[in-house]
Amino acid sequence: MLDTIGVETIDDLFVEIPDSLKFKGELNLPSALNEYQLYLKMALLARQNLDATKADWYLGAGLYDRYIPASVAAVISRGEFLTSYTPYQPELSQGYLQTIYEFQSMIAELYGMDVANASMYDGSTSMAEAAIMASGVTGRHKIVISEAVHPHYRQVLDTYCWANGLHVEVIRHNNGATTDFSTVDDQAACVIVGYPNFFGVIEDLDAARTAARKAGALFIVAADPTAMALLKPPGEFDADIVVGEGQPLGVAMGYGGPLVGLFACKQEYVRRIPGRIVGRTHDAQGRSGFVMTLRTREQDIRREKATSNICTNEALMALATTVYMIALGKNGLQSVATSTVRNTQYAREKLSSAGGKIKFPGNVFGEFVLELPKPADEVQRRLIDQNIMAGLPLGPYYKGLDHCLLVAVTEVRTKDQIDRYAAALAEVLK
Amino acid sequence: MPHKLVPQPKLIFEKSSPGRVGCNLPVADTPEVDLKKALGPTRQSLHLPEVSELELIRHFTNLSHINYGIETGFYPLGSCTMKYNPKINERTAMIPGFTHIHPMQPADTVPGALEVLAQVQEFLCEICGFDSICLQPLAGAHGELTCLMLIRAYHESRGEGATRRVVLAPDSAHGTNPASAAMVGYTVKTIPTDASGGCDMAALTTALDETVAAFMVTNPSTLGLFETQIEEICRLVHEAGGQVFCDGANMNAMVGTTRPGDHGFDCMHLNLHKTFSTPHGGGGPGCGAIGLKAHLEPFQPVPVVIRNKEGKVELDDRRPHSIGRVSAYFGQFLMEVRALTYLSAYGKERMADISRHAVLNANYVKARLKDVLPAAHDRPCMHECVLTAQEYKKGGVRALDISKRLIDYGFHPPTNYFPLIVPEAIMIEPTETECKETLDAFCDALIAICEEARTNPDLLHDAPTTQIVGRLDEASAVKNLDVRWRAPQKVGV
Ligand SMILES: Cc1ncc(COP(=O)(O)O)c(C=O)c1O
Repeated sequence: MLDTIGVETIDDLFVEIPDSLKFKGELNLPSALNEYQLYLKMALLARQNLDATKADWYLGAGLYDRYIPASVAAVISRGEFLTSYTPYQPELSQGYLQTIYEFQSMIAELYGMDVANASMYDGSTSMAEAAIMASGVTGRHKIVISEAVHPHYRQVLDTYCWANGLHVEVIRHNNGATTDFSTVDDQAACVIVGYPNFFGVIEDLDAARTAARKAGALFIVAADPTAMALLKPPGEFDADIVVGEGQPLGVAMGYGGPLVGLFACKQEYVRRIPGRIVGRTHDAQGRSGFVMTLRTREQDIRREKATSNICTNEALMALATTVYMIALGKNGLQSVATSTVRNTQYAREKLSSAGGKIKFPGNVFGEFVLELPKPADEVQRRLIDQNIMAGLPLGPYYKGLDHCLLVAVTEVRTKDQIDRYAAALAEVLK
Repeated sequence: MPHKLVPQPKLIFEKSSPGRVGCNLPVADTPEVDLKKALGPTRQSLHLPEVSELELIRHFTNLSHINYGIETGFYPLGSCTMKYNPKINERTAMIPGFTHIHPMQPADTVPGALEVLAQVQEFLCEICGFDSICLQPLAGAHGELTCLMLIRAYHESRGEGATRRVVLAPDSAHGTNPASAAMVGYTVKTIPTDASGGCDMAALTTALDETVAAFMVTNPSTLGLFETQIEEICRLVHEAGGQVFCDGANMNAMVGTTRPGDHGFDCMHLNLHKTFSTPHGGGGPGCGAIGLKAHLEPFQPVPVVIRNKEGKVELDDRRPHSIGRVSAYFGQFLMEVRALTYLSAYGKERMADISRHAVLNANYVKARLKDVLPAAHDRPCMHECVLTAQEYKKGGVRALDISKRLIDYGFHPPTNYFPLIVPEAIMIEPTETECKETLDAFCDALIAICEEARTNPDLLHDAPTTQIVGRLDEASAVKNLDVRWRAPQKVGV
C-alpha cells in the first residue's frame, strides 16, 4: 500500500502536521484489554448499580419501567438497521425509510395530529424546539409554560430560550393542575402544558386551548405516549404542536439515554418542522418508494436559515418504538395503559392507607404524588434498603414538596408487590 | 452482481387484522377500574396495526433485506466514519445493570454508571488534550450548539456578550456549523478557503474584529486536509478576543497522533458515533461530547460529573455560572457504555493505530484513483479524500451518477457535493477497519465506472438498476406530500 501511495512509512503521511503539534510519548491511559477482559470490566461496573431487575420500581417521572417485547431488540440489533447511516441514498435504504414512514404515521395517529417528524434527540429538546418554532410562526418572543411540566425539560427550555433571545414565563401550578392562564397574552408565542403533567395529573386541555386561541398563541402539549392509548388525544383538543418522550414505547431507561423525542404538528406548519421527514414518492418506472423530503428546511441545504441545526436524530430508538407499537397494536397498547391505570389506582388506595396522603385531587394516569409525614428522601432511602425504589422525592424540584414522593406504577407491577410496598411504607412511617 | 429483486413490501398497516397482538403482555392482577371515571375524556378510536409476532418479525426482516449497513458491505461515506462496530460493545451495552437504571435514582445507587461516565471523560480528555469533557450533548450538532452557548456565556461574563455577535465559519463547513450559530443568535460570516485548501488567512485577518465571538474550524477540514496554519489561526482569533471551536467530526484522523487541545482550540465537539464506533443506527442515536479548556468550564451544563480527591465519582450541580441543561439527563448513556468498551479495547498501546490506519487507507484509495478521479487538492490527505468528477461533466455525467452506479457494483456510494466548494465532489472515507482487498475491489469498480462514463454514460444515468427502486422523484415527494398512512374512512356503515 505504501508503494502505491509513494511513501516509505505511515509517518510520512502525516508530514503536514507541524512537528510541534504531533503527540509524542505515551498516552496516559490504561492498557488495552482483550474481549474477555472487556466484558468483565463492564459487567463489574454494571453490577454496582441498583437496577430495576433487582428492586420493585416506582420511579418514573418521564421515563418508565415498562415491559419491552423481545422482538424489539431482535429487530434493532439487525446489522442492516443498526450499522446504516442516515438514508441519504434512498435506493439502498428503502427498508429503513419505510419504517420511518410507519413511525411517523403511528405517532401522528397516537397524538391525533396531522404529521410527525422522524424524531428529535429527546423529549426535552423536542419541547424546546417546539417553543422556538412557535416563536417563528407567531413572531413573538414570550414562551409560557406550566410549572407542572418536567423540571428538567423546563431547564433545557430555559437554556435554549436564553440562546435564542426568548423569554420564559412559568405558570404556577394550582393543587397539581394548571389553571391560571392570565400570562397567556398577545405577547405570548405559545403556552405549553403536560398531558398528563409531571405529577401524573390529567390537565384540562380545553382551558389551555381556549387561553391560547384568545391570545393568538400556539397551543403546545407535552404528552406521554402510553397514556394516549386511552386519553382523548391532544389533536382532538386542537393542539398545534405535540411533543413527548418516546421512551415508554419500547426503549430502555438506560440511565436516560439514548431516548427519542417525538414531534407532531398540524399540517399547516409542516414546512417549519425541525429535523427529518420521510415521504412517499415513486421512481421513473412508477414503483412506489420513500425518500427524505421537504429537505430545504434542513441545515445541510439551508445552513443558518434552517429550521433547526439537528442532523443526526434518534432513528434507531424511533425504530424501537415502531416495533413496540406494532408488537402491541391497538389492543396491546390499550391493555398496557389499562393495566397501568388499575395498578396506579390500587397503589393510590394502598399507600394512602399505609400512612401517605394523596396530595393533589385531579384524575391521574400512571403516576401520583404521595404526601408523607416524613421527608420523602429519608423514606426513599429506607425503602431502597428493602429493594423498593419508592419514587421521586419532589423537594429538590418544587418548593414546599419536601414530604412528597412522585410514585409511578406501570403495567409490570403486581398486586403482591404493591402490597409489599404498602407494608414497608407503613413500617417506615411508624 | 444483480440482486434478486424482492417484491415491493406492503405497509404494516396493510397486513393488519383485527384482534391480533404480537406479544404476550403482562396484565394487571389488581382490581378493575372504571376508566371513564378514573381518567375523564377517553379516545374513540386508535388505528394501530394488529399483527402476530411472526408477521412482525417477517416484516422487519424483509425490510432489513432492502437496507444497506456497514455489515452489508463497504460504506465509504465521507465525513461519517462508517467503521465497523464491534459486537462486544453491543453486548456490554445490554447488561441489565446498565439498561435498567434510571437517571433520577439517587447517585449513590449507581456508582458503576457514574464510573462509566467519568472514565469516558478521562479517556477523551487525554486523547483530545482538553481540561474537561462534558457528555450531555446528544449528537454532533448538539455539541456544536453547546460549545457556542458556552462561548456566548464566556463573552457575557466578560461584558462582551452584546458586542460579540458574529461567528465565522469556513465556506467548507458542514451545514450544522452555521445552523448551530444561528440557534445561539449569532450572525454567520463565511471565510473562504485558499487555493491550497487551507484557511484564507488574509480574509480571516480582515474579518477579525471586536464583533467576532468565535471561529468554527473543522480540523482536519472537510476537504480531508490538515489545517497546517491552525496555531496561527488560534493566535490571531485569540488576539482579536474571539474563541476557536473545533468541529471534531474528523477526529478519526487524529486519535493518538495529534491533539486538538494542543493546537490552541478552546473547545471542540466529538462525534462518538463516528470516531469511537457507537453505531449510527440509520441516522441516530448520535453521541456528542464536548471538550473544554479551563476558562470555559464554569459555564458547562449541569450536572457535572467529577471524580473527587478520594477517587469517587460525584455529580456537581452547584455551578452558578452554568448555562443549564442542554438535554434532560446525562447524555447517551448506553452509547457511552459502548464507547468505553471500545476505548478500553484500544488502550494506550493501540490508540494511535486508529488514525494511522485510517489515514493509510484514505491515501491508498486516493493514490489508486488519481488517474480517473483526481483529488481536489494535491496534498497528502488525512482520513478521507475529496476527489472531483468534474472532467466527466462535459460528457453529461455527474458525481451523483458515478455514485449511483457504484450501487449496481454492490457498494454504498461516497458523499457527494460536500464540501460545497469542490465541484462534483466525491468524498471517500474508507476508515481503518477495511482491508486492502475491499479497498481494491472498490477502486476497481470506480475505475470501471469512470470508463463506462466515457463509453456508455447511460449506464450511469440509469443507475441503479439492481435495487428494489430506481432513482426516486424527490420533486414529486415535495409536491404531493405523503408523510403518513391514514386509516381508510369507513363509508356507509
Ligand atoms: C463535519 C461535520 N460536522 C458536524 C456534523 C454533525 O454531526 P451530527 O450529525 O451528529 O449532528 C457532521 C455529521 O453529520 C459532520 O460531518
